[in-house]
Amino acid sequence: MNEVPELYSDILYLLDRYGGAYLSGVRNTLILALTATVIGCLIGFLCGILQTIPCAKTDNPFKRFFLGLLRVVIRAYVEIFRGTPMVLQAVFIYYGLPYITGGQVKFSNVWVAALLVVSINTGAYMAESVRGGIISIDPGQTEGAKAIGMNHVQTMLSVILPQAFRNIIPQIGNNFIINIKDTSVMFIISFTEFFAAHRAAVGATYKYFPSAVIEMVGYLCMTLIASFLLRWLERRMDGADSYELVADDQLVMAAGTYNHPDKGTPFDERSKEYREQARQELKYGRTRGER
Amino acid sequence: MEEVILQVNHLSKSFGSNQVLRDIDFSVRKGDVISIIGASGSGKSTLLRCINLLETPSSGEILYHGKNVLAPGVKAPEYRAHVGMVFQSFNLFNNMTVLDNCMVGQIKVLKREKEQARRHAMEYLEKVGMAPYIKAKPRQISGGQKQRVAIARAMAMDPEILLFDEPTSALDPEMVGEVLNVMQALADDGMTMLVVTHEMAFARDVSSQVVYMNQGVICEQGEPEALFAHPQKQETKDFLSRFRKG
Repeated sequence: MNEVPELYSDILYLLDRYGGAYLSGVRNTLILALTATVIGCLIGFLCGILQTIPCAKTDNPFKRFFLGLLRVVIRAYVEIFRGTPMVLQAVFIYYGLPYITGGQVKFSNVWVAALLVVSINTGAYMAESVRGGIISIDPGQTEGAKAIGMNHVQTMLSVILPQAFRNIIPQIGNNFIINIKDTSVMFIISFTEFFAAHRAAVGATYKYFPSAVIEMVGYLCMTLIASFLLRWLERRMDGADSYELVADDQLVMAAGTYNHPDKGTPFDERSKEYREQARQELKYGRTRGER
Repeated sequence: MEEVILQVNHLSKSFGSNQVLRDIDFSVRKGDVISIIGASGSGKSTLLRCINLLETPSSGEILYHGKNVLAPGVKAPEYRAHVGMVFQSFNLFNNMTVLDNCMVGQIKVLKREKEQARRHAMEYLEKVGMAPYIKAKPRQISGGQKQRVAIARAMAMDPEILLFDEPTSALDPEMVGEVLNVMQALADDGMTMLVVTHEMAFARDVSSQVVYMNQGVICEQGEPEALFAHPQKQETKDFLSRFRKG
């Protein structure tokens, strides 16, 4: 049973020699995953909003054609990027763009390419989540907003998206965690994230398993912290379970001491009948069912 | 006679082959409180939703101060800002507090200053007795309280006419009274109101006009005393007698 101490010493050896590489790998992975998730969410929200612009039969033909075209384009984007492996997308964009444009378009920085690939990939998934999130909001919310004269953009920004956003936080978390892990395929365009550090270390030392242990623990730590932060964000957005009653002046405060707000309001007292009824209630207790 | 605010001419609405409204004509004058009564499925709510353009009428016209709001080029949001609506299911914004619910329309649509919007919202929240609850979220208050906030939200927009779509139908019996009281007080203040309701007592005692709808047409219309005491049409008599029994 001397494998465990050996593993321990191998890990220490790797950390000692390649600790810096692992750490900068963690940093790059986190920056890439976080930034790409944020940009991806923005793309997703944009697509979600554009896809849910209401299109009535009575609108003019130009608008209907344009909206129809928009939906087709977004549909194609989602299906293509959701339906192909991210490794290949990276190759297509990093090597393919310079190839077909004859070197006109090329990436001077591998960061730009990596961010682009992961962002549009996340965007494709998020577009569907956002669309689902928007559809799942009670239509009454939209009607309530329309009824006070809000237009589509105002309704979306003030009422629908905040609620949709709350509902799809778990999806965003999912995507973030998937991104932390899946950015490991970016080694294909020689982006030096966490997994690239593993490839570098084992290339020089052949200590495959000890390095893999470091990787496993590292990825798990990153995803656990991400889960924890997302749960915290969810709780924060839900707000407090209780609320305070607000009283501006002493009279209202005093009124509250003998007349619970549930039972009636200063406004109600305008009605003579109500006052009499309240008096009777105080005397004989509340009677139900009379209207 | 007061000025006509809203005039509905030959309004029809079909959902596919199902014609819900047929050739509806009526007008609303300033200060009118019109109750629309009728059996479920008679088109009352659809009529109200057409007036607020939440449904697009199939044909006919809706004149607001003499201008047809169904004409191309008329912006629905601008028109809706003058026509408040209170829904059966309240439709308060779940992501906002009571106070924000009453402020957001003023700020976004009427472009009022925040402070001015807050004062205005508080004025109406106090009127409906919800001022102590301004920090609560809709999920934390009762149905009757939600409906009172919804009324304050609509009133804070200073609408010229307020539409009520069965405002008490989703409420427990104990809560109906508090909402009807608020509506009665609005009527006393001279607010122009169009109320779809099953509360016959409210229709009889508060409204200035009662419209009875049956199968998508206005069957009978008149002063509440006359219509309830001496209905002219057989359908109206049947409907009212069913209600008295029930």
